[in-house]
Amino acid sequence: MTQVRWRLGWILATLVALGFLGAFFAWPAATLILRGFHSDSGWTLAGFSEVFSSARTWRAVGFTLASASVSTVLCLALGIPGAYLLYKVSFRGRSALRAAIGVPFVLPTVVVGVAFGALLREDGLLGWTRLAGTPAAIIAAMVFFNVSVVVRTVGAMWSRIDSRLSEASAALGTPPRTTLRRVTLPTLAPAIVSAASLVFLFSASSYGIVMVLGQGRYQSIETEIWFLTTQLLDLRGAAALSITQLIIVTLALWLSSSMQARTTRALKLQPPAGSDTRLVLSRDWVAVLVTAACTALLIITPLGNLVWRSLHRGGTMTLENYMQLGSQVTMGTTIWSAVQTSVVTAVAATAIAVSMGLLVALLASRRPASPAGRRGLATLEALFLLPLGVSAVTVGFGYLITLNRPPLDLRSSVFLIPIAQAVVALPLVVRILLPVLRAIDPRQLEAAGTLGAEPLEVLLRIELPHLRRAMGLAVGFAFATSLGEFGATSFLARPDRPTLPVLIFRLFGRPGADTYGMALAASVLLAGLAGVVMAIAERVRPEEVSTW
Amino acid sequence: MSRTIRAAFAALAVLGLGACTTASEAPTGSSSSPSGAETASTSTTLTVVTHDAFALPDDLKQKFAKETGLEVTYVAPGDTGALVNQLVLTKDSPLGDVVYGIDNTFASRASTEGVLEDYTSPALPAGSHQFAAPQLTPVDYGDVCINADKRWFEAKKLPVPSTLDDLTDARYKDLLVVTNPASSAPGLAFMLATIGAKGEDGYLDYWHKLMDNGVKITSGWTEAYNTDFSGAEGKGPRPLVLSYSTSPAFTVQGDSSTTEALLGTCFRSVEYAGVLKGSKNEVGARKFIDFMLSPEVQASIPSNMYMYPVVAGTPLPADWARFAPLSSNPIDVSADQIGANRDKWIRDWTEAIG
Repeated sequence: MTQVRWRLGWILATLVALGFLGAFFAWPAATLILRGFHSDSGWTLAGFSEVFSSARTWRAVGFTLASASVSTVLCLALGIPGAYLLYKVSFRGRSALRAAIGVPFVLPTVVVGVAFGALLREDGLLGWTRLAGTPAAIIAAMVFFNVSVVVRTVGAMWSRIDSRLSEASAALGTPPRTTLRRVTLPTLAPAIVSAASLVFLFSASSYGIVMVLGQGRYQSIETEIWFLTTQLLDLRGAAALSITQLIIVTLALWLSSSMQARTTRALKLQPPAGSDTRLVLSRDWVAVLVTAACTALLIITPLGNLVWRSLHRGGTMTLENYMQLGSQVTMGTTIWSAVQTSVVTAVAATAIAVSMGLLVALLASRRPASPAGRRGLATLEALFLLPLGVSAVTVGFGYLITLNRPPLDLRSSVFLIPIAQAVVALPLVVRILLPVLRAIDPRQLEAAGTLGAEPLEVLLRIELPHLRRAMGLAVGFAFATSLGEFGATSFLARPDRPTLPVLIFRLFGRPGADTYGMALAASVLLAGLAGVVMAIAERVRPEEVSTW
Repeated sequence: MSRTIRAAFAALAVLGLGACTTASEAPTGSSSSPSGAETASTSTTLTVVTHDAFALPDDLKQKFAKETGLEVTYVAPGDTGALVNQLVLTKDSPLGDVVYGIDNTFASRASTEGVLEDYTSPALPAGSHQFAAPQLTPVDYGDVCINADKRWFEAKKLPVPSTLDDLTDARYKDLLVVTNPASSAPGLAFMLATIGAKGEDGYLDYWHKLMDNGVKITSGWTEAYNTDFSGAEGKGPRPLVLSYSTSPAFTVQGDSSTTEALLGTCFRSVEYAGVLKGSKNEVGARKFIDFMLSPEVQASIPSNMYMYPVVAGTPLPADWARFAPLSSNPIDVSADQIGANRDKWIRDWTEAIG
């Protein structure tokens, strides 16, 4: 009887999750793409021949693949040592550093453009590098945004793997580097693959970074879709590119899921407490060096530059930007009401994204015996990662032509903003929770079953407790994603109730020293808010888990 | 377990098919009464669709709501290009009742694509008819011009350039920053200025000369003005920037402005309002357009949207007469020409330059 009820429950969960994804992602995006294949005279594939006969398209495809690949490799190279240092080694200031590297993740592109632009311009601090407007600047910004994804995803796993294996290896006299290569890294492989696929998709679909830092000289598939859709309304061309984008995303996801399947092994996950080691410079110098250089150059410098500028007006140091921001009605709103709108929206978006993400992660982590069942679940997982790789403009314009009649007449509704943000955050949540659930030793679950535990008990007493820490992380990332989200939000924005990024964008869009100063101050405020959220999410520690 | 999954997928497939049929049936099911020319539709709510630079003081918004008794929602889905394209895309089910923020670079697309009702506000004074466009009511206008950092030129003892040709002069090498016409509204305006001045056959040559002379092209106004321009608070390295003729009014120190607009390089931009076809509240939409021409709203436009009010004689901020003069001879390209060629020109530009 319970068996049947559980099956029904899982089916229902699948339906709910797929219904959400279908209504707010697949249907709008597919409707817009299909319009591109429909002309007055019927169905047509003319868009493909037009688009693919243009050299510009091939440049865009090439640039997208190259920049996203380089960005992924760099994020891994810099992020894995960082994950070790920030999650395995204890030292003073560790939690502050953990929070700090998460800050860039939420910054809207306009802020990144200002922070990097002022550093890289001819007379800037890093102007001598002559990197302004080069692919190197674009890739640096991609790493700035995404390195924390690697640090956190890999770090969360690292802090929980059974350290006895590597200790045994060390005790047998294996050199540390060999232990790292042959024992630790293979164990971490699923988390590394997961993080890599996220970074690749984020980088491949980033619009603002390529536009702002490439100064229009470089096109990616995403910027071409944006240009063709918003400026030319060339839906045929945009649709052909969207299909190309989908193919690339699908290939990337297929590659990552097959690599994950090959590398996932049931790990004996340990409670994280107590497994940290003290910092030993003679052993940890590589990690320290890489992390220090990466943090100083890629994170502290641009953010510090932002803070420094926000403290100046007319060449003198002053708090005036902050005072004015705090006291004055600007752009028809106050900073406090914008913060409130942002936080309320982010809470709603996080609630949706985390509950849906938990549902999907639990579903996708089931271990069906039949190959068909496993394939079904792999497909399900991949479906929920698609929003990462599909253009925000495709989904945003899709909303306009689909969510326009009852029962989903939401186009000018305030609810659409958190929903859109949740769709953006959902893949991230799934990717954070899933590796942890997959790594639970199946023998533990089987033993519980054999001892007569109900499925619900297994879920509540084994699986969910394992998730506590990852949940904190998922909530943090979902909240941060929503807080900094600008692409989808800008389409749906209500000018009288702007979110913080929208307000910053509008302030930066006005002439005058005071609006510029207030925009800088508001950017620092947003960065600070993000840092606080990340720090809180980091502090969620699973006390219960450590008892067994 | 496997049966469970298969069952789930079967159920989904059925659900998916169901969703498809309901979706395709929905539009035919709901029939909206077509509004004839005589019987304008009316309702208690009004949705105003604007570009993302729209700013109207709260008290004026409240005043409009109070006087008309309407519940007003404002939505701002993008810049003028994205705005018009969204209106075209949603023709069958309009985003709102009335639009403000279509400019003369996109006005022709809005009218030829049939997203507008015929309405020109009777509140438009005769003197302002020079700005008229089919189906639209002009609300404000301004010039997009190259701005110069006067102090920089004084310090270098170099005369401030004044024409488009000066910008390709080797004396001004590496001094100019403009924005990309494919991603920025002022960028598009400046490209049109070069087409107006150099002709359809000559503008790309001119741009090649600009490139040879070290022009920097950024994706948007914010990057150009705040990061690269030496005359703004961001204290960048370049003393020439693409901006508006009104921008010098925001760099006033003491009794002079540190920047000036080069009035021989300007393209005139006019912003319009119009009633959206398929509006459920045409009466309210018309009232909103009339309201945008009311003395109070017109007077609020300079300090909120940095444009000149279209109603002549509206009082302007004191600084504007001195520091934000309009060009007496803006470079002209007709709306028809823009409408017929805009997309081609942008594509040609991006192939050749961007």
